[in-house]
Amino acid sequence: MIFNELYSAYYNTVAKIISAVLRGDVTQSQLQNIVNENAFGESMLTILPNLKSEKWQLVREDFFTPITNIPTMPLTLIQKQWLKAVLLDPRAKLFGIEIDDLEDVEPLFTPDDYVVYDKYSDGDPFEDAEYIKNFRIILSAIKSGDALKIHMQTRKGRSKRITLLPQKLEYSEKDDKFRLIAMGDRHLETINLGRIISVEQVANHNEFKGEGVTLKTEKVTLKVTDDRNALERAMLHFAHFEKQAERIDDSRYLLHIIYNKEDETELVIRVLSFGPLIEVLEPSTFRNLIIERLKTQIELLN
Amino acid sequence: MLSSYSELIKNFEKIRSYMREFYVYGFKSRDEYSKKSTRSYDDERRRIESWLGDYMSFVQSADGKNVFISIDSRKTSHNPFYKALKSKSFTDGDITLHFILFDILSSPEIALPLTEILSKIDDYLAHFENPKTFDESTVRKKLKEYIELGIINTQKQGKRVMYKRAEDFDLVEMTDALNFYSEVAPCGVIGSFLLDKQENKESHFCFKHHYITSAIDSDVLTQLFVAIRQKRIITVMNLSRRGEKPRENRIIPLKIFISAQNGRQHLIAYHPYFDVIKAFRVDYISDVKLMEVSSRFDELRAQLDLMQGKMWGVSVNTNAREDGKLEYVTFTVKIKAGEEYIINRLEREKRCGYVEKADDFTYRFSAAVYDSAEMRPFIRTFISRITDIHFSNPKVEKIFKEDLRKMYEIYGIVEAE
Repeated sequence: MIFNELYSAYYNTVAKIISAVLRGDVTQSQLQNIVNENAFGESMLTILPNLKSEKWQLVREDFFTPITNIPTMPLTLIQKQWLKAVLLDPRAKLFGIEIDDLEDVEPLFTPDDYVVYDKYSDGDPFEDAEYIKNFRIILSAIKSGDALKIHMQTRKGRSKRITLLPQKLEYSEKDDKFRLIAMGDRHLETINLGRIISVEQVANHNEFKGEGVTLKTEKVTLKVTDDRNALERAMLHFAHFEKQAERIDDSRYLLHIIYNKEDETELVIRVLSFGPLIEVLEPSTFRNLIIERLKTQIELLN
Repeated sequence: MLSSYSELIKNFEKIRSYMREFYVYGFKSRDEYSKKSTRSYDDERRRIESWLGDYMSFVQSADGKNVFISIDSRKTSHNPFYKALKSKSFTDGDITLHFILFDILSSPEIALPLTEILSKIDDYLAHFENPKTFDESTVRKKLKEYIELGIINTQKQGKRVMYKRAEDFDLVEMTDALNFYSEVAPCGVIGSFLLDKQENKESHFCFKHHYITSAIDSDVLTQLFVAIRQKRIITVMNLSRRGEKPRENRIIPLKIFISAQNGRQHLIAYHPYFDVIKAFRVDYISDVKLMEVSSRFDELRAQLDLMQGKMWGVSVNTNAREDGKLEYVTFTVKIKAGEEYIINRLEREKRCGYVEKADDFTYRFSAAVYDSAEMRPFIRTFISRITDIHFSNPKVEKIFKEDLRKMYEIYGIVEAE
């Protein structure tokens, strides 16, 4: 249904090639760049040769094309239906989008047709006017390279003012929250948008350091015992991490996961959720975090 | 012969299982794909490598060369798996005709009959050394296909059918929304198709806890949503977890259940043959065929909505439902001063459960669900704080307690029995 050549990387690439030819003064290497940037690893072996050999009669070897307009294609029905579905989502208010032309289009799905059943219930107030205002100011500052003066509430409920250079807005579907990732005086900071009381876009005076700074990462090695479909569950559960898997024998596997240090507690409880089917092998510091919890637990239930 | 290899594919189904296995399991060696031919394995691997480029790496192990994909989904703003859905093959005629047709019908004001379109196509092709020829039925068929897709409209002028392009609208103001929803909305790849139409698709978002593999089930999911919206019965081929041959199921699709904690997507559907509402994993479904409209859809959807208040995950224990027997779970959590965040966690993760305060440091969680076994992973996340626990299903309680005992043994807290 949506696996259709109209959406293919090849069609998009050829549209860009024709556009470049129509704009004039095009070179072979520019066309090669278009293929490299828009298609796949081996597309160079197909797209330009097929145009050159006139298998695809759209652009001649001398860069003449009978096409007279920059190629465009209207939205397909399924694209319109998906847009309509997205506009029904409460988070759409953040973007202030309205499309009048979709009045007669049936949405592909409505909020009644699906449920994200295990997301946390204390998600951000996406329809709150102040939240929307703050979200838009932050997004605008990221685009313009401006800094942000932020008035926020800390985790402990204290009021705090901070000036940062915003980089990205990070969204977690599980938490149903946005976080601002920004550069501070020395560190990369992450701030929950839900904790921001007010925010002001200010000129960037280049006092922020730490360009290219990334969050500190750690590695943990887990042993997975493939009982009760644990292997597949673990592989899916930890799929979003950078990871490597190895087999020890028919029922036991090693899983090396790279994670951000700040997410360690979360990872500890995620490992615990697998019970005896996942054992932390190393580092010992991480293994000890599990042992400490188990030692406390044995006292409570015995 | 190697020359017959192409990056593009006609049928997505074949490569779907390879992509999932490469991404989800990093360690399978070439020999383990023995169900399929080695040639097929090599071609699929080469395609996936071509699409996913930097995201794929190979690890040499003692038992042969393993294919392994590792992506930290926080580091990428655009799901790399979407590329796979942009790999549909086509004929030389398809692509030539496509660009010429939309150049002839370059604005919605231009409406032309088929004869005139055919004549203009020949004018375009006359510029080439060995001009292709497109007969009337080929062009009519292509126009019909485009009408069904909604990109070409027809209008009658007297007896003549006139063809024109559908109205378009500008999406430039929507780039941020498309960057966001193409990653978080169901069937997000459609948003990615829309982004491909933009000159600038720079994203200012990144995503945590982001499960990207479900992208490869987008085509199936889209068909399921179409069926749900139209309240249609469908037939699907369904692979069982035990890897038996896929079986055809005739079902009434009711709702999609998506997990934000493991990325799995389930279709909850009514199976008339067994008279049950049950879950089907979307990644095990293929060959969705839409049949007639079901008169029972509204009644069954309402039934599922009621049941949802007793479902922890996607499992509907049929026996429990029929007997009206739910399974009950209660456990108590003890916190110390300053650990109120634990209670916040209980509250936000409780789903259909209840949290009661016994005193400032003691809280009781309880739930009545169809299948209490689904709750065990959640309960284990409170290990170190659980002061008592009870499951009404003795088998589930036994496994929970045995598991805990095994954990003590694994970490050397007690000696193995």
